[in-house]
Amino acid sequence: MERETKAFLSGNEAVARAVRLARPQVIAAYPITPQTTVIERLAEMVEEESLKSEYLHVESEHSALSACIGASAVGARTFTATSSQGLLYMAECLHYASGGRFPIVMMNANRSVALPWNIYGDQRDSLSLLDCGWIQAYAEDAQESLDLVLQAYAIAEHPEVLTPMMINLDGFVITHTYELVNVPGQREIDFFLPPFNTTNKMDFDSPRSLAFTAGPAYNQAFKQLQHLAMVKASKVIGDVEERFGRLVGRNYPGLIESLYCEDAEYIIVTLGSVAGTIRPVIEKLRSGGERVGLVRIRYMRPFPDAEIRRALAGAAAVGVLEKDISFGFEGTVFTNVSSALMRAQVVPPRLLNFVGGLGGKDISAADIELIFKRLKKSEPGETVEFI
Amino acid sequence: MSCPVRNRSFIPPVALGDYPVGTAFPAGHLVDTNAAWRSMRPVIDATACSNCLICWLLCPDGVIQRHDREALQIDYDYCKGCGICARECRQKAISMENEGNYGT
Repeated sequence: MERETKAFLSGNEAVARAVRLARPQVIAAYPITPQTTVIERLAEMVEEESLKSEYLHVESEHSALSACIGASAVGARTFTATSSQGLLYMAECLHYASGGRFPIVMMNANRSVALPWNIYGDQRDSLSLLDCGWIQAYAEDAQESLDLVLQAYAIAEHPEVLTPMMINLDGFVITHTYELVNVPGQREIDFFLPPFNTTNKMDFDSPRSLAFTAGPAYNQAFKQLQHLAMVKASKVIGDVEERFGRLVGRNYPGLIESLYCEDAEYIIVTLGSVAGTIRPVIEKLRSGGERVGLVRIRYMRPFPDAEIRRALAGAAAVGVLEKDISFGFEGTVFTNVSSALMRAQVVPPRLLNFVGGLGGKDISAADIELIFKRLKKSEPGETVEFI
Repeated sequence: MSCPVRNRSFIPPVALGDYPVGTAFPAGHLVDTNAAWRSMRPVIDATACSNCLICWLLCPDGVIQRHDREALQIDYDYCKGCGICARECRQKAISMENEGNYGT
């Protein structure tokens, strides 16, 4: 496919198309619902030779990411995908990948975590792993999923970033829902994304120590460098989106997307596909004269603290809606948003946390209207409300 | 044949900018010398050694160093004293000696 085409694709299929365009040399994966169709499509592409890649059928998610680490350590571009229990099973390898500064790109199908066993979407899997040193992006639809995969390689492999990236798609709502998607041409993606080139690899012509030990005197410096690279990624994400917009023709707003925040009194902050439910509610309420708005967090790491402060500076009340709960306290997105606001002493008069969608529980338009009603009430309520 | 030898002139990093990006860099070591748990030390009798390199091959810490024309040497900064080299040596050229005899 040399030229851009339109195709009717699920989120998973859109991700597989993007991966093919990015030409990874190694793909290692283990199937898990609702990620399975991504790696099925990729296996078919490799089989029919429309994608020239080493496809490794491994025995677990732990091995899938380990294989990607090994491949990345010899300078290969790699891809893997997982979900839920599989992501958690990878947990120690997530730190290995980020500590080794291997720019692996991974799709995660957001799914609840057992028990009770459940295959439907919430975001407790990836949000419980915010501290593993990976860049974390959250898509709203299939088109954004496809574009994020392509941008992810450019961001992760940037020499000043060299940090792996996880692209999160809400299980079923994005992974299995079909939409019309623009698939860029191979020629423009080859131009946007040249082959991966790094000195951080095993190389017979320039032998190096790999994956070494660093004792107490030196270890922290490596962690500090990881932190600085992640902070640097904030700027690189903007640069990559700008270049992507120029070459591919679709523009993205950076770490957050804000809607009507310049005059909104009541703002919902959220992430992922539920933003698609919120948009028409906002249009309806605004047509009735209500000043409501939306902040959609696109990246949880690096965290968009300055962007969130700017977007929420004029709000009378803010509700953070998330599919996550840190038991005994509050949602982790809420904790992050609150911290960003406190650091600049930009504190809206009311700041509430709404937890919903756990285990795939539906969040309806009526729920969103209820949240806006709760934000308008003046009496204090529970900080964390389950909807 | 060339063989890797510990770079004893390695200068550890001081400022953040001295550190490599990621865990791949050409030489040096960033760990402290950690041989303090050794109670017995392997000592090679160069006159009995046939230079078969079994010990060099089997040392789990890679601390036996071979040089083109010199006798094998042990890097006592990193040797853990496990004794595998002495056990496997077919010439019985390696003895395990009490660390106390060396004043450490």
